[in-house]
Amino acid sequence: MASLARRRTTDLVVKAVSTGFAALSIVLLAWILWTLLSRGLPALGPHVFTRITAPPGAGGGLLNAIVGSLIQIVVALVIGTPIGLMCGTFLAENGRGTQIANVVRFVNDVLLSAPSILIGLFVYQLLVVPFGGFSGWAGSIALAILVIPVVVRTTEDMLNLVPIGLREAAFALGAPQWKVVTFVTWRAARAGLVTGILLALARAAGETAPLLFTSLGNNGWSINLGAPMASLPIAIYQYAASPFEDWVALAWAGALIITVGVLTLNVLSRLILAKMK
Amino acid sequence: MAASISGTEANTALIAAHKPTGRISDPIFVGLLWASGIFVLVLLGFIIAMLFEGGLPALREFGISFVWSTMWNPVTERFGAGVMVYGTVLSAVIAVIVALPLSFGIAFFLTEIAPGRLRRPIGVAIQLLAAIPSIIYGMWGFFVVVPLIAAYVQPPLIEWLGPIPLIGALFQGPPLGAGMLTAGLILALMILPFITAMFVEVLESVPPMLKESAYGVGATTYEVYRNVSVPYGRTAMVGAVMLGLGRALGETMAVTFVIGNATRMSASLFAPGATIASTIANEFPEASIGSLKLQALLQLGFILFVISFIVLALSRLLVRSKLKS
Repeated sequence: MASLARRRTTDLVVKAVSTGFAALSIVLLAWILWTLLSRGLPALGPHVFTRITAPPGAGGGLLNAIVGSLIQIVVALVIGTPIGLMCGTFLAENGRGTQIANVVRFVNDVLLSAPSILIGLFVYQLLVVPFGGFSGWAGSIALAILVIPVVVRTTEDMLNLVPIGLREAAFALGAPQWKVVTFVTWRAARAGLVTGILLALARAAGETAPLLFTSLGNNGWSINLGAPMASLPIAIYQYAASPFEDWVALAWAGALIITVGVLTLNVLSRLILAKMK
Repeated sequence: MAASISGTEANTALIAAHKPTGRISDPIFVGLLWASGIFVLVLLGFIIAMLFEGGLPALREFGISFVWSTMWNPVTERFGAGVMVYGTVLSAVIAVIVALPLSFGIAFFLTEIAPGRLRRPIGVAIQLLAAIPSIIYGMWGFFVVVPLIAAYVQPPLIEWLGPIPLIGALFQGPPLGAGMLTAGLILALMILPFITAMFVEVLESVPPMLKESAYGVGATTYEVYRNVSVPYGRTAMVGAVMLGLGRALGETMAVTFVIGNATRMSASLFAPGATIASTIANEFPEASIGSLKLQALLQLGFILFVISFIVLALSRLLVRSKLKS
């Protein structure tokens, strides 16, 4: 065995390097945020929120992209949340300990980390090809498929935190299961369930790849879900890769808006969770 | 633990024994719960089936050699997945190689070194890296990292390592900035929070008694980490790395911005390349419905699904087996 002095030195060196690694990751996070702020803030102005996308040099904004994103996210949440909530409840209540619940949980974990671009291709095959065109509906459904596994996961985790005694007390009073779940279990886990929805919202807001082949993007004003619909991530993608300075600036402004929104949602859900525990 | 297990069983038994007394609402509610559970199963099956079916014509046209053929020529309509499969695996492996030591270090820092008050904020900050959307990494990579790598990282590496036989081939070519290595580095940063979070979770589940025994015979903090904590959580930690790998394989937007999108094979890490996901995102707009190219892209998607499914499934099994015991 090496001498004590040498072992102590190794220990110190590893501690220093590990602390350095942690510092490095914080620095990288700060660097990304700084890049967004320094390039996005100067480009941010009222025009971003009041004008729709326009050809380079015409002083356009991102209004249609922001509205399009909001519409698709809301529709995705309206479709995905109930399914996710019910599936998570199934895993935590009826299916607990059964083989089928294990399989569902496993499949949900795979869906949670599956490449989002493939969800886009799937919805393209499912809705865009048969119905003859890109549409806001297709985009919303692609996002809904991303929302579901996030909600399932948090719902199950949160319901598992609810004490068994609460359910038993309700059952003992003769309540049917739907009443126990909706009025007792869900209510007890309310804050946790909300965090799941917030996290799903954050995920849907930043996803670009699944929208490429579903809602496509739209440079005009359209709130028709049956037609191609603009979205913030797609507009950013299109503008960032363009050679026009004002478009690139708008892309940074959009990137800043999305990141601030997504990070706020994440911090918010963490605060709610911390309060619960 | 024992109390909660018996509580769980009691609960299941209770639900099973509970017969709704002539109500119609309960069977409907329970039916909905089951339907949602089954829905998720069916959804995955449906996704696999649709991707396979969409890409089937390409598979018929080019045969099974589609999977490894390195030809990708939209003009002559000869397609093969070889270059993209190589790029997907290589960029993801680079990401894991870079992220792994960092995750080990950060997990060590978070579980053993950081003072209690700092632990949470630093942990949360690192988790925020996972929340930043892929496209933001892409823009940051494209506008900030790529020029830096082209100016400061690649020229010296090409000069020093390029002439070495064998390894040198990895570091040759013009310093473009965009390429396989840059994509791997950006991916490393993106998967870092996932791997670290699971490492921390596993390390925190190590029984304190084990660690204290090691401290008791005079081991240093690092020795306990290396010889007690890490071996204890080894299986689940391998699972965590697989999860990171699975995430890196399918990452799209960030990679599309920084990999250079060249659909030809190159030995150099500095050369532009392509992954399956970046190729789909990049070439899709030029593929019309029913074209052979679109079918080739769908087949690429199916291959990506198979690769990431295997990796993610393995990850899940490894993590679960450990956390259960």
